[in-house]
Amino acid sequence: MKIHLPNGAFLGNIDQFLNGFDPSEPDKLDITAVENWMWLHPVALSMIASLALTLEKGRVTCPKIKARSGHYLERMGLFKFLGVESGMDITEHDSSGRFIPLTQIRNSEDLTRFITEMVPMLHLEPRQAEPIRYIISELARNVLEHSRSDNGAILCAQYFEKSNIIRLGIADTGIGIRASLSRSHRTNDDLDAIKLSLTPGVTGTTSREGGTALNAGAGLFFIKSIAVTKHNFFVIYSGNAMYKLLKRKDENDGSFTLNANANLDRHSEKANMPQWHGTVIGIDISLDSTDEFNALLDLIRDTYGKAIRERKENRYKRVAKFE
Amino acid sequence: MITLNLLESAGSFAENKDLAQSLRLEKIIPALERGEEVVLNFDNVDGTTQSFIHALISDPIRIYGSNVLDRITFKNCTETVQKIISIVVDYMQES
Repeated sequence: MKIHLPNGAFLGNIDQFLNGFDPSEPDKLDITAVENWMWLHPVALSMIASLALTLEKGRVTCPKIKARSGHYLERMGLFKFLGVESGMDITEHDSSGRFIPLTQIRNSEDLTRFITEMVPMLHLEPRQAEPIRYIISELARNVLEHSRSDNGAILCAQYFEKSNIIRLGIADTGIGIRASLSRSHRTNDDLDAIKLSLTPGVTGTTSREGGTALNAGAGLFFIKSIAVTKHNFFVIYSGNAMYKLLKRKDENDGSFTLNANANLDRHSEKANMPQWHGTVIGIDISLDSTDEFNALLDLIRDTYGKAIRERKENRYKRVAKFE
Repeated sequence: MITLNLLESAGSFAENKDLAQSLRLEKIIPALERGEEVVLNFDNVDGTTQSFIHALISDPIRIYGSNVLDRITFKNCTETVQKIISIVVDYMQES
């Protein structure tokens, strides 16, 4: 495998970074980097770290990162995951208030402990932490329950004080969304599967409306809804497809609607991308408007109910037959 | 009547579905089977996830029908917790 670290990879331009991934020769990982790169979204770091975990020791090559901003990679713990010496000599400061380094979540207890420790690390007000811990819990539990990944979930995040945004990435090297959904749903391709996974009430564990005792198929719809509400990017990459939720455009009166159908959201999509065996999710979360969380839940309640009613209607409605 | 204090078992952010499943299988369903009422006390639980609440109460609604909600009381819920419970209760009845 090969992956290239560019000057900058934000969710807005993450396509270029993803297209630079070469999944051939899966028993090794060669990393290349520009000399004066600036910054990589945590989703990129989570991807690289999760790839490294699939390899035997010594199968990762990485050039010495000369750029000063390379210290960011060291602080995020990337080189530890890669098993290579960074050659950087930096003083590790307390990470509180700035970032969550790369973390591997292997089981439910890991996740509960991580969420408990994470909130104080980010020095956030309880109301600010609300959507973040919600998103991390649901995304990581998705990995633990559905991905069948040997290495669990890899995640990291960084807080940007100036923009008051948390950028979060989570990756796994499991079976991917299409294989997970295919246990109960027919999908045409990876892109179709990603969009189906964003539909409320769709879970790989059953095709039954209402889900099973453990799964409702609501998690990704909730998270997409949080991103829509907060005008933020949200990217899912699985198999050879990527779905990117773009910042929403409001009506003239400032109102907006949540869509059960991901096709109706303002988004970009790409198929035929380099094959990612597993699932990658990146999201930016603005902390400016935290009072919206309860209002968002009201919107979700309405949209969810409407989606189920429409689906039932389509399923059971029969057309009169005339001869 | 049995009362389950969610803070004790699930913490102030109730998100661990495994715990929710244990509570459902070991406490909630047996109590409902005995014809008892169940009080889910969310005192000092400041947040939860839809997945947790689903794992806790969706099966009782599916098994006993929506009338079971007359025998389950959600106590001391914050506004956020209330709203998440309402979403799950709604979609289980719509399904």
